[in-house]
Amino acid sequence: MSTIVSLPDQTTARVPKRNYITNENGILSWLLTGDHKRIAMLYLISITFFFFIGGALAGLIRLELLTPQSDLMAADTYNKIFTMHGVVMIFLFLVPSVPATLGNFLIPIMIGAKDLAFPKINLLSWYLYLVGGALTLGAMITGGVDTGWTFTTPMSTHFSNTNVITTGLAIFVAGFSSIFTGLNFIVTIHRMRAPGMTWFKLPLFCWAHYAASILMVLGTPVLAITLVLVVLERTIGIGVFDPTKGGDPILFQHLFWFYSHPAVYIMILPGMGVISEVISTFARKRVFGYTAVAFSSVAIAVFGFFVWAHHMFIMGVSNYAVLVFSLLTMLVAVPSAIKIFNWAFTLYKGSITFETPMLYAFGFMGLFTIGGLTGVFLGSAGTDIHLTETYFIVAHFHFVMVGGMLMAFLSGVHFWWPKMTGRMYPEKISQLAAVVTFIGFNFTFFPQFLLGMLGMPRRYAAYPPEFQVLNVFSTAGASILGVGYLLPIIYLLWSLKYGEIAGNNPWQATGLEWQIQSPPLTENFTTIPVVTQDVYDYEWLERQKEHEVTHVG
Amino acid sequence: MPEHYEDHDVNAGHPESEQHIVSPMVYFIIFLALLVGTGLTIGASYLEMGPWNPVVAIFIACVKATLVVLFFMHIKYSSKLMKLTVGAGVFTFLILVGMSLADYFTRAWGQW
Amino acid sequence: MSDSHAVATTAEAGHHEHPSYQRHHFVSMEQQNETVSFGMWLFLLTEIMFFGGLFTAYLIYRNWYYPAFVAASHTLNIVEGSLNTLVLITSSFTMAMGVWCAETKRHKGLVWSLIATLILGLGFLGIKADEYHEKYVLHHIPGTTFSAEGFVHPNEEALKAGEKPLAPDMAAKTEVYFSLYFAMTGMHALHMIIGIALLSGMLFKAWRGGYMNGHIAFVENFGLYWHFVDIVWIFLFPLLYLISRHQ
Repeated sequence: MSTIVSLPDQTTARVPKRNYITNENGILSWLLTGDHKRIAMLYLISITFFFFIGGALAGLIRLELLTPQSDLMAADTYNKIFTMHGVVMIFLFLVPSVPATLGNFLIPIMIGAKDLAFPKINLLSWYLYLVGGALTLGAMITGGVDTGWTFTTPMSTHFSNTNVITTGLAIFVAGFSSIFTGLNFIVTIHRMRAPGMTWFKLPLFCWAHYAASILMVLGTPVLAITLVLVVLERTIGIGVFDPTKGGDPILFQHLFWFYSHPAVYIMILPGMGVISEVISTFARKRVFGYTAVAFSSVAIAVFGFFVWAHHMFIMGVSNYAVLVFSLLTMLVAVPSAIKIFNWAFTLYKGSITFETPMLYAFGFMGLFTIGGLTGVFLGSAGTDIHLTETYFIVAHFHFVMVGGMLMAFLSGVHFWWPKMTGRMYPEKISQLAAVVTFIGFNFTFFPQFLLGMLGMPRRYAAYPPEFQVLNVFSTAGASILGVGYLLPIIYLLWSLKYGEIAGNNPWQATGLEWQIQSPPLTENFTTIPVVTQDVYDYEWLERQKEHEVTHVG
Repeated sequence: MPEHYEDHDVNAGHPESEQHIVSPMVYFIIFLALLVGTGLTIGASYLEMGPWNPVVAIFIACVKATLVVLFFMHIKYSSKLMKLTVGAGVFTFLILVGMSLADYFTRAWGQW
Repeated sequence: MSDSHAVATTAEAGHHEHPSYQRHHFVSMEQQNETVSFGMWLFLLTEIMFFGGLFTAYLIYRNWYYPAFVAASHTLNIVEGSLNTLVLITSSFTMAMGVWCAETKRHKGLVWSLIATLILGLGFLGIKADEYHEKYVLHHIPGTTFSAEGFVHPNEEALKAGEKPLAPDMAAKTEVYFSLYFAMTGMHALHMIIGIALLSGMLFKAWRGGYMNGHIAFVENFGLYWHFVDIVWIFLFPLLYLISRHQ
């Protein structure tokens, strides 16, 4: 199989001696750094840690669901397990995954800047994330939460006897981590672009993060106040969500989902940014309809604010609200579809190769499309009545978040691994891991669509015996999926010491990050670039290679 | 302003930037307008205007807030980007309030 | 977009003169100031959305429990509320004057403006504390000590002022009003406290001669924060205190 990988001569190549990792030594130089690249690496380690915690919780869920009875654990415990799984995976993994790691690392470089606009706030973001994570772990260890990650009232405010307050505070703090990251990105992309880097020369990765950042800044504060109100209700009984005092539990859901729906776009948009970069590079072609993809990112962000009540169709909102939100939900599917079409047309007549990032990207395109299409069934109020709160929903969001977002994250990590570390990961085993993940994923989650349609409710530890076969399939798939996720940890760590030297541009990609050394210098550029070439300009890249002598880092 | 530190035209592309210093007289006039507005809104609450009471109250509050944003917070003299930013915040706020309230108001309309 | 040209128009990084307070990832003070200002505005947007949730809750319940909201609102002291409004508006004015003094390098003017702003801010909190105390005495604080008795059986003074007794179930809804009252004014007061703390630090630095060298971004951006807190009160005041005082 052909490959576009082009590495320097391994007998003479060395990782550049002066780079952002070797620049300063000592633990404090990392813990007090303002360097966006170091912060990105700190985030990468932290979110990986929480990913495995969330994954362990998922393993427990699937183990319990092997049998129809709630025999592995009591129903109460099961409630805690799936709640913590959701909280950890969403707030401590998915939301920061691409933005805080790849976004932090790459955005300043992609726009030709030396750092983000507010490096200290960037570091503060990481510490807030850690505090949120620590509080979550504390809540988990001291008894967990059993309300579901959605904290629905009045369960969370009145009937739950678990650590709702601690977890609420944890998410509040982690939310501010997210807000500050988004704030940093918006200001950076507006104000710190290098000469010649106009908006329409920005890589689509930047557009995607810009759109996600708008959502972070405008949506997360509403979650913050909602959590404050839940805590106040639990502590002093203010009555704002309590029906016995005249409050409305649905109000909680309005406020909660006002953030939590845009949150899913916060999670997916950066992943879509990764896919744009990867597909372009491994098809050797400019992204088809750059402007459409750029604007559709912003459109997803804007429309994403208008559809939140589609999570509430059966909760008691007015029928007119159901109608309006259902219609708007159909609208928000359009920009996502535009992106899928544009990526497909990018592939058409491209020179496609199948390196690991591209395998993950293909996985993304297929699985996200399925997940997205099933979202249409859910957005249509009539079918939603049958499908909501069943395993159909669980399958839907796992297809878009795991089949979509997580694959995009892995694609991005593999794609930019050589840039961030100076080393290549081993190709064959990584391709194997990608395929194993894809197979495991489908085995795990496709049966769940069927289970949902057949009527199996979500969040139940025990289920009718006729559902067992599909559940066993799902658990078997989960074990394969687990292998698929463990492999990258092993070989990526291995590559840090033994991987091939990557050189500046192993993928022969366009983009400013590939014109500098791997790993980059702390200040990114020795001189601020003046951008004259177009984005995804492979002809320019060809001309550069003809004119350049091989240079060290 | 540290103009002497620039080696390019400071005002390139930013004609209305922070260079503009708003005079105290403008501040004072706005201050008086805010006081008048406060008086009006207190007075209006003592008048019987039926459903228009809250409308008038919110309208006056919006006018006062606009004056503060435009003049005390310098938005009138700021770039289009800043104006757009404020607009985006207000817009999102209105979506939150408006669409939530729309659900509550339409519940009373019955089941179709 | 209007800023499609990059702000950094020099290709060389860090080779020209720059003041000591310019951070190294910025090309010019102009870029730094605009960036910091933009960042501050984005933070204020988060504050708009943060309070937005409370305003949403308020508007819904006011619509549902209007008589309870009217009766409860009448127990707020309109003199203190109006006074607080005037205090905050004046403090916004003095803060704006402070920014002007910093811009025009008037040291004494800046110090006095900040002192005035600080005193007015503290005054606001003092009046608020008095109001909260009154609420405590009347058992209007939501939770275990709450009592709607005064609304079911208004005392003589209230009856003379035109208050009508509420049915017990509607009277119980005054707890929702007070929950929102304390949540909204409490959140606002918390922002005031944070502002006063920052203001004190800024005043100290100004008194020692700071902000006279053109590096006034902190003063300007604090001013933005202070005006925003004022705007929140501009909306809180009519919504909480002035619900049909004609009844």
